[in-house]
Amino acid sequence: MLGLNKKDTTLLIIVAALTLLAPFILNPFPTESGLAQFNAGYPDLMQRFVIFGIFAIGFNILFGLTGYLSFGHAAFLGVGSYSAVWMFKLLSMNVIPAIILAVIISGLFAVLIGYVSLRRSGIYFSILTLAFAQMSFNLAYSVLTPITNGETGLQLTLEDPRVLGQSATADGSIPVTNLFGAEMRSTYEMAVGPWAFQFNMGYYLCAIIMLVSFYLAIRIFRSPFGMMLRAIKSNQTRMSYTGLNPRPYTLAAFVISGMYAGLAGGLMASMDPLAGAERMQWTASGEVVLMTILGGAGTLIGPVLGAGFIKYFENIFSKINDNILHGWFAFMPDGLEDFVVTILHPFIGKGWHLTLGILFMLVVIFLPGGLVEGGQRIARLFRGKKSDDKSDEATQSTPAE
Amino acid sequence: MGILEVKNVNKRFGGLQALGDVNLSVAENTCHAIIGPNGAGKSTLLNCFVGKLIPDTGSVMFDGQSVLGRTPHEINQMGISRVFQTPEIFGDLSVLENMMIPIFAKRDGAFRMHAIENMHNEKEIVEAAEQMLEEMNMADKRHMHSASMSRGDKRRLEIGMCLSQQPRLLLLDEPTAGMARADTNNTIDLLKQIKDERDITIAIIEHDMHVVFSLADRITVLAQGTPLVEDDPENIKGNPKVREAYLGEAA
Repeated sequence: MLGLNKKDTTLLIIVAALTLLAPFILNPFPTESGLAQFNAGYPDLMQRFVIFGIFAIGFNILFGLTGYLSFGHAAFLGVGSYSAVWMFKLLSMNVIPAIILAVIISGLFAVLIGYVSLRRSGIYFSILTLAFAQMSFNLAYSVLTPITNGETGLQLTLEDPRVLGQSATADGSIPVTNLFGAEMRSTYEMAVGPWAFQFNMGYYLCAIIMLVSFYLAIRIFRSPFGMMLRAIKSNQTRMSYTGLNPRPYTLAAFVISGMYAGLAGGLMASMDPLAGAERMQWTASGEVVLMTILGGAGTLIGPVLGAGFIKYFENIFSKINDNILHGWFAFMPDGLEDFVVTILHPFIGKGWHLTLGILFMLVVIFLPGGLVEGGQRIARLFRGKKSDDKSDEATQSTPAE
Repeated sequence: MGILEVKNVNKRFGGLQALGDVNLSVAENTCHAIIGPNGAGKSTLLNCFVGKLIPDTGSVMFDGQSVLGRTPHEINQMGISRVFQTPEIFGDLSVLENMMIPIFAKRDGAFRMHAIENMHNEKEIVEAAEQMLEEMNMADKRHMHSASMSRGDKRRLEIGMCLSQQPRLLLLDEPTAGMARADTNNTIDLLKQIKDERDITIAIIEHDMHVVFSLADRITVLAQGTPLVEDDPENIKGNPKVREAYLGEAA
């Protein structure tokens, strides 16, 4: 289907089902139950899942295929956000032109940074991209204030021209982002028994864009171009002595992944029309590296899993506090309860980074292929038992020969 | 006029004169061996043919065009393929993919943006690759991870990858270095077959005299960066100058 082989089609359908049914899947606990805090099915977080999924899918095209580790991809995310917000300020509140501009501008930006950085490989390339991203971050904070609004961040105001739209709504407030009139923030709530499921316009726009990006990524992975990118990772010497020029291939991969990052940035701004310089900071660049490695670099689904995993931790794990822990361990004797809570305290709430760090280390050490490898091992465990049975039969039949 | 003409090539690394006034002419459709003791400048000379090194003076002409100042991929596109001392293949890729890449490079040139194109529509490339694997007797290994093959198979694959581009000049840098006897003999047989069946010029650098005398039509002996003699294999065998260069014997 759609020019994919059977295995990839199945993967795409599974991902499509998971993203489109996410409001159900991420809300397994009834609203009133004590476990409701683990529900992730609210629009804000679901949007973040898919937007960072797009960011990581794009990053994986560069890092997973060519092996060039960019430490500056957040710069493209930031550029995308700024471009989108400017579109909202100047043109209209429709998200389509904003997203298109975000992708184009971040692509141009990627050509510039990639052209210079790709003259080096390995750690020097990483440092160059990091330097460029930090430079962009600092410029956005200071010199470029007329464009970026510095520390405050770029926001919409009532004075913005919005030539194709309106500067202010009838009741004097700032108009909201929309897709041909359908507001991004509009949410339909469906109550089923004790559960409440939320269907958000913005989320579904992001989800569909993510599915398209995911489909494109599969096509790139399976194309001759994707094979060339893997060849670059494998052996650049053979590559050039085979008559292929590695430079334009890596630059193309860099620009594509930069455009994916710009798309993610544009979507972020479309969901919440403001852009700040901190989106370009090196921590944001590092986060996408973590997502990709945690999920499984070079695999199709890995980056999406990694993005979901990290964003879930960031938003859900960080909300557990000591009171909640005391609630959970209330069945224990007082002294023991306090002791257990004290032990767990550094790992929860603001300490979620510690838990994530430990998990990341465990994954990198024991599952170098990321969460995807973990999944494959479990699958093999189940399949292995079956095939063992078969091989037993086989060995029993062989002596007859 | 040979297909490869080397004139007055000099190359100096700091105080070391690696190549001094090298003149060499490789005739079309022959196998020309370049031999010499360690440090004679054989590899330096080869690197000057493929764009890895640029000589300080002199010229290297391939088929009437200078190769100097061109990048390795441009020189390959002119029709020169190179086999390395340690087999250079795409270790992370399957054997079939390894074979497809040079065929793509031959058809599409140094760069083509075929990012959304489907591999299923590249039947001609896949077929050409399968056929080349068949010729190399590697068809049964097509889905193998190429890094996990033996040294001899890697060499065979590398030679196949070079041949799939139908180069006019094939450069071999010690193709049997570090190989077991059986693998060496297989490689010799393969190269002989290539030489007989194809219109191809081969330039080979080799230490193993058994390999050299099995293949070469013409031999140049290099010593301390300068060609000592150039002659037919029979005459080289008995040449006292060559014995001196190799064994340090007084002639």
